[in-house]
Amino acid sequence: MHPAASVVFFTTATGAGYGLLGLLGVLGGLGFVSADFWLGLIGMGLALGLIAAGLLSSTGHLGRPERAWRAFSQWRSSWLSREGVASVATLIPAGLFGIGWVLFGRTGGWVAVAGLLAAVGAVVTVCTTGMIYASLKPIAQWHSPYTLPGYLIFSAMTGSMLLNALLQAFAVGATAIATAALLLTFLGWGWKLTTWRYNDALEIATTANTATGLAGGTVRSLEWPHTEENYLLKEMGFRIARKHAAKLRLITQVLAFALPALLLALAFALPRPFAAVLSVLAAIVQFAGMLVERWLFFAEAKHTVTLYYGR
Amino acid sequence: MTCLPAHTDKKLGLVIDLDTCVGCQACVTACKEWNTGGHMAPLTDIDPYGGNVDGVWFNRVHSYEHTTEMGGRTVNFPRSCLHCETPACVTVCPTGASYKRASDGIVLIDESKCIGCKLCSWACPYGAREFDTDVGVMKKCTLCVDRIYNDNLAEEDRVPACVAACPTSARHFGDLGDPASAVSQLVAERGGVDLMPEMGYKPTNKYLPPRAHTQRAASVPAPRLEPVKAEGGFLGWVDRMLSN
Amino acid sequence: MNHGAPRGANSAPSQRPLADTRAPDEGDGVDTSPDVSDSIAKTTCYMCACRCGIDVHIKDGKVRYINGNKDHPVNRGVICGKGSSGIMQHYSPARLKKPLLRSGPRGSGEFREIEWEEAFSIATERLSNIRRTDPKKLAFFTGRDQSQSLTGWWASQFGTPNFSAHGGFCSVNMATGGLYTIGGSFWEFGEPDWDNTKYFMLFGVAEDHDSNPIKIGLGKLKARGAKVVSINPCRTGYNAIADDWIGIRPGTDGLFVFALIHELLKAGRVDLDYLIRYTNAHVLVVQEPGAADDGLFLRDGDGNPLAWDRVAKVSVSAADPDAKPTLTGSYTIGGRRCVPVFQLIADRYMDDSYAPDAVAAQCGVPADTIRRIAAELAHVAFEQTIELPVAWTDWAGRRHETIKGRPVSMHAMRGISAHSNGFHSCRAIHLLQVLLGTIDVPGGFRFKPPYPRSAPPGPKPSGKTVKPMTPLDGMPLGFVCGPDDLLVDEAGTPLRIDKAYSWDAPLAAHGLMHTVIRNAWAGDPYKIDTLMMYMSNMAWNSSMNTVETIAMLTDHDEAGNYKIPFIIYSDAYYSETVPFADLVLPDTTYLERHDCISLLDRPISHADGPGDAIRHPVVEPDRDVRPFQSVLIELGARLGLPGFVKDDGSARYADYADYIVNHERTPGIGPLAGWRGKDGTSVGKGAVNPNQLQRYIDNGGFWHQDFAADQRYYKMANRSYLDFAVQMGFIPKAEPIVFQLYSEPIQRFRLAARGHGRVQPPEAERQRIETYMDPLPFWFMPFEEAAVDLEKYPLHALTQRPMHMYHSWGSQNAWLRQITSQNRLFVHHQTASGLGLIDDDWVWIESINGRVKGQIKLIDGVNADTVWTWNAIGKRRGSWGLKDDAAESNRGFLLNHIIGDQTSADANGKRYSNSDPVTGQAAWFDLRVRIVKCADEEAGFTEPQFERFSEPPNVAPSPDILRFGAEFRESREAAE
Repeated sequence: MHPAASVVFFTTATGAGYGLLGLLGVLGGLGFVSADFWLGLIGMGLALGLIAAGLLSSTGHLGRPERAWRAFSQWRSSWLSREGVASVATLIPAGLFGIGWVLFGRTGGWVAVAGLLAAVGAVVTVCTTGMIYASLKPIAQWHSPYTLPGYLIFSAMTGSMLLNALLQAFAVGATAIATAALLLTFLGWGWKLTTWRYNDALEIATTANTATGLAGGTVRSLEWPHTEENYLLKEMGFRIARKHAAKLRLITQVLAFALPALLLALAFALPRPFAAVLSVLAAIVQFAGMLVERWLFFAEAKHTVTLYYGR
Repeated sequence: MTCLPAHTDKKLGLVIDLDTCVGCQACVTACKEWNTGGHMAPLTDIDPYGGNVDGVWFNRVHSYEHTTEMGGRTVNFPRSCLHCETPACVTVCPTGASYKRASDGIVLIDESKCIGCKLCSWACPYGAREFDTDVGVMKKCTLCVDRIYNDNLAEEDRVPACVAACPTSARHFGDLGDPASAVSQLVAERGGVDLMPEMGYKPTNKYLPPRAHTQRAASVPAPRLEPVKAEGGFLGWVDRMLSN
Repeated sequence: MNHGAPRGANSAPSQRPLADTRAPDEGDGVDTSPDVSDSIAKTTCYMCACRCGIDVHIKDGKVRYINGNKDHPVNRGVICGKGSSGIMQHYSPARLKKPLLRSGPRGSGEFREIEWEEAFSIATERLSNIRRTDPKKLAFFTGRDQSQSLTGWWASQFGTPNFSAHGGFCSVNMATGGLYTIGGSFWEFGEPDWDNTKYFMLFGVAEDHDSNPIKIGLGKLKARGAKVVSINPCRTGYNAIADDWIGIRPGTDGLFVFALIHELLKAGRVDLDYLIRYTNAHVLVVQEPGAADDGLFLRDGDGNPLAWDRVAKVSVSAADPDAKPTLTGSYTIGGRRCVPVFQLIADRYMDDSYAPDAVAAQCGVPADTIRRIAAELAHVAFEQTIELPVAWTDWAGRRHETIKGRPVSMHAMRGISAHSNGFHSCRAIHLLQVLLGTIDVPGGFRFKPPYPRSAPPGPKPSGKTVKPMTPLDGMPLGFVCGPDDLLVDEAGTPLRIDKAYSWDAPLAAHGLMHTVIRNAWAGDPYKIDTLMMYMSNMAWNSSMNTVETIAMLTDHDEAGNYKIPFIIYSDAYYSETVPFADLVLPDTTYLERHDCISLLDRPISHADGPGDAIRHPVVEPDRDVRPFQSVLIELGARLGLPGFVKDDGSARYADYADYIVNHERTPGIGPLAGWRGKDGTSVGKGAVNPNQLQRYIDNGGFWHQDFAADQRYYKMANRSYLDFAVQMGFIPKAEPIVFQLYSEPIQRFRLAARGHGRVQPPEAERQRIETYMDPLPFWFMPFEEAAVDLEKYPLHALTQRPMHMYHSWGSQNAWLRQITSQNRLFVHHQTASGLGLIDDDWVWIESINGRVKGQIKLIDGVNADTVWTWNAIGKRRGSWGLKDDAAESNRGFLLNHIIGDQTSADANGKRYSNSDPVTGQAAWFDLRVRIVKCADEEAGFTEPQFERFSEPPNVAPSPDILRFGAEFRESREAAE
């Protein structure tokens, strides 16, 4: 699949944004985080900003963005529509939660309810995003048990990493959060490795034989219906060399998991200004790493239509 | 509405005979020509005279070499929308632009609702959907919905453009939901198959596989030729034959 | 609901409309009954030479849609990939807009626009000078012309013998091979009996001719389960669906066929009765080496060929229906030793050198396969005979209660034709057909009227005497019957610029357009003044040896003048040849013009009846262009050519439409056969009907007549058919047409080579004539294969025409070029792996003539000694309205660059045209190559590259985006 920048950024940014929103909602709502104005402003601003930027970016993928509102209508059948509905619906409690925290300086009472609802919304939204991909049968690498948990784990991972950086920056860092971020990073790492192993060993029932109805033997593409690349090939015929993919997998592991984990470990050991700087750095590096991971998520996904083209 | 109809009155579709298709591209351009002025007009061509030419087509013909223990064969393979009974391209559509008609089973796009998210093209395993980057909407085979019921065409012309054009008669059209229909009987007789049945989308269109060498009606039960047994050999035989 | 009788080819129950075509009440707002067109014009397609009937739907003054005409005898409603893309050809950005006069150097593409008046006066002045002095200094060659009965007649009226169309590099081997043997031909002049045949053999056919009829026919065979056997090095297209694919080595088809004949003869599986009735198998041939009539037929005092009556033991006229002729033996009659033709056939082909085992390696076909095919042929021909319950009467008045048929049919084309041994290979296939008794019988191969004609048909070529201001005494092209008919002078020098009908190519019935540029450049046999061409891309894909051809077109003499002094060219599009013209006459598209597809030329008949057709303008030109035929008629009038002016010197015809209706070639016979006579009630012969064109238009653009049931088969000897053919003017007398298995006209050339007769070949030509003018077909190794070092050039290289392209025309078509804008060289997997090549590699394809670079694609379905590519995809930058980055001129390549236009020098140092020695057919397919992986830095682009042409003046750049059809939707939606 063609790794369109808009979609790579969209899924990565909203994943992190909803992760952060969810954690702020839960931790704020349950009173684990104080209702500090700046923390609220920047924390909620960052979460909603990532979400908004991601959603905005996603419209860059649309041919007719002015009709985007229509996407809320088909929630009964379409995961994309559900995502649209969930993402916008989540903004209501998220907005109230942010207002309560920042303007009214409180995170209890109705604000807490809004926070918890926003957290639920965030989880639901990330699930719907994951399901968009997990539901696509023609792409075996996506239509797998690993996709939905992956989206949730990476959302929680990047969200917690951001939250840790925030708390560290505001000098209200908690070992529990840092530990959680570290553990989630390891979980994410492990999940990604397992996913790759699963994908590399995939035996896909759909072959050039079933695609053409020509049973037995080999089916080899002789000529395409057109000499130059068409929409199908540009959108779904993306190919990445094995070597290149291996390199990018390594970069993903370093940036998204290994380096952030190392930085966090150092942050544990070092005093505040350093710990804060390292925590922020860890979050930034991990975000960059997740962009690479998401790029690979698309690039390594093989659509069945490529079988018709001998790819 | 992107929920699928529980039942369609008809299952209109195509039957494509891979044993007969010579890959002449007649169906391809007949389709292009009709549809570029038809229901989903235009079928835009980007860079039509340049090096990156890329147009919207609803029907494309591939060629393959199929090799089995019985030998090799070149197979020409037209590919277009299969008008599945349970098409994922419809259910994934967030706007209701994509839909399956309850009356005849044709899968269509309501362009005015399409936001161009392309998800339907990801959901279709067959590559049946084509994005028009100029208009920003998805387009696809309409099974010539603007021909098959068209009062402005002579009744005999109310078939999809590809079927009307096909010089080898390798394309057939009808109601595959009616077991008595000519197309259903053709499928039964020739062992028509679904493409990617494992996907579970239940394509309406069927493909008639090339006849295997052994099944070809064409094998001629000819005994080996032996030299004539006549006095004087062949020339003697000629004389004898002429004298008879 | 009642559909009435289904019309058209695609009318199986599974191809008809729904039983109820009322739109269901879906409620989705879809307009299921949009307006399609304001009007429908029925005319004839010209996206290739197939001449299908089309319905052109016009909406808001534009072409909305083109579909096949269901009533048309050629395509019966279907339409091919090209036909449906006619809109894009009609609106091509490469269309010329106005007459052009060269302003820069030849070949640069620099022109200035001129008015038609100026164009006419330039041409008239030039041509009248030529006509006043030496008319043969005009060479007029017309390419893919469908109006040869006009253009040939124009040349004849002008007085130049130097005329032909493109048949010399297309199909003349098939035409001549057939016409000298059975009085008809494959090509498009005959067809298998698609409805009855049970066994169909297809030799060397890509989509060459008769495109839709063959496809419709193959569909019928498939539907019936009849066996299709293809003999072709390439397993694509029609060959892909064959039940048996025989991947023969190129140029060996004749040998393969002889092996089949060998097997059939040995087994006594030939139709002796058919041979005696319809062929010259029983005719006695004089066997007296050294005699002036050695190898000619023994004739009686009236010139009738004789046979030996085995019962009466006397010689009898071979045509005597009551004779009991023998087919074998040796007889001495009047002191002359003679043998029947059939004895010679048996002697030759029963020889072990034609046994399957002897030819298998050469053909690349296992001997067992050859034996199996022979056995199948025999089985179907003799054990699965069919009989139609129709009574008929033969030429001698013998009534037959049924029509008997042997359901084996064959068709052959380019793969046979384009070899230097193609004439004899084609004759070999006809011989096989005849031995099996399968010509014009139910289930066999059938003639399309006006064929059959006598083998060979008349008349002979004109041009022996060329005089100023004097028309030729006939048409420039015809059929020679012996050396006396050649167009050579006393010294044996060719009289025609293309050397047709000379010792180089005695039976060159279509001329040799492919030699004209070289010969005119070299002044061999003489210099010319003006080369006038129409619709043929001679500076590119229609020439062999493109690189040198281009150089010859622009070469100067010592005085600085072009060696070919003046070039007039007419084309509708900016092809690679336009920039080499001095004067360009812009033609219309096929939808803007009148044409006639005449029985005098290449009609639309099918085996069940004759037909002809017209084109008529269905849209008005939006440019200052004129149909070439009308221009030619006006030019003829301005020159005062006898046929083109009235007695008072004024123009006889206003334009081509006027000519089509009013011209009479002989009294009562004109370009169109339908609706003749003042009231339109005559057919074939009749007075001029001023309303004739309207009658054609009213009938869908064509005329067609179905034969009565008893006229449909055995046309060579069917009294009812022969009478009809005379009445139509197809043949002069209702006499049977006798298949010439042994060709006496060809033997006459051999006798000349042996020193007999008034006209003899120059000494240096005798051996060549002796060898190749063999009265019975034989096989010889194609010239290039025989000449080159086969270890150095181990591969055959072929081209095939893609079914969706017509030569160079396809690439200007925005739709068709998307299908193929880069051609690959297809290489067998094994061959590639032996050479260390993998898919997508770029290679040099090298021949003795040069090298060209292209990208390979590996394939299994090809003879392993053969590589091939799609024809005419490579384009020169600046032409055809293509942008500079178009794949056609960057990655596509033209194999023509490396095909020699001449043979290697013979012992005398003479180089002949790279052509069949009998007919002059260009031997494109003889090419031998090797392929070599190119260096890394050479990959990714083709070579040789040629300088980019300038665009003609006032041509808008081709669009970056095409939204064709959006306007129809807008107007529809606006109306709602």
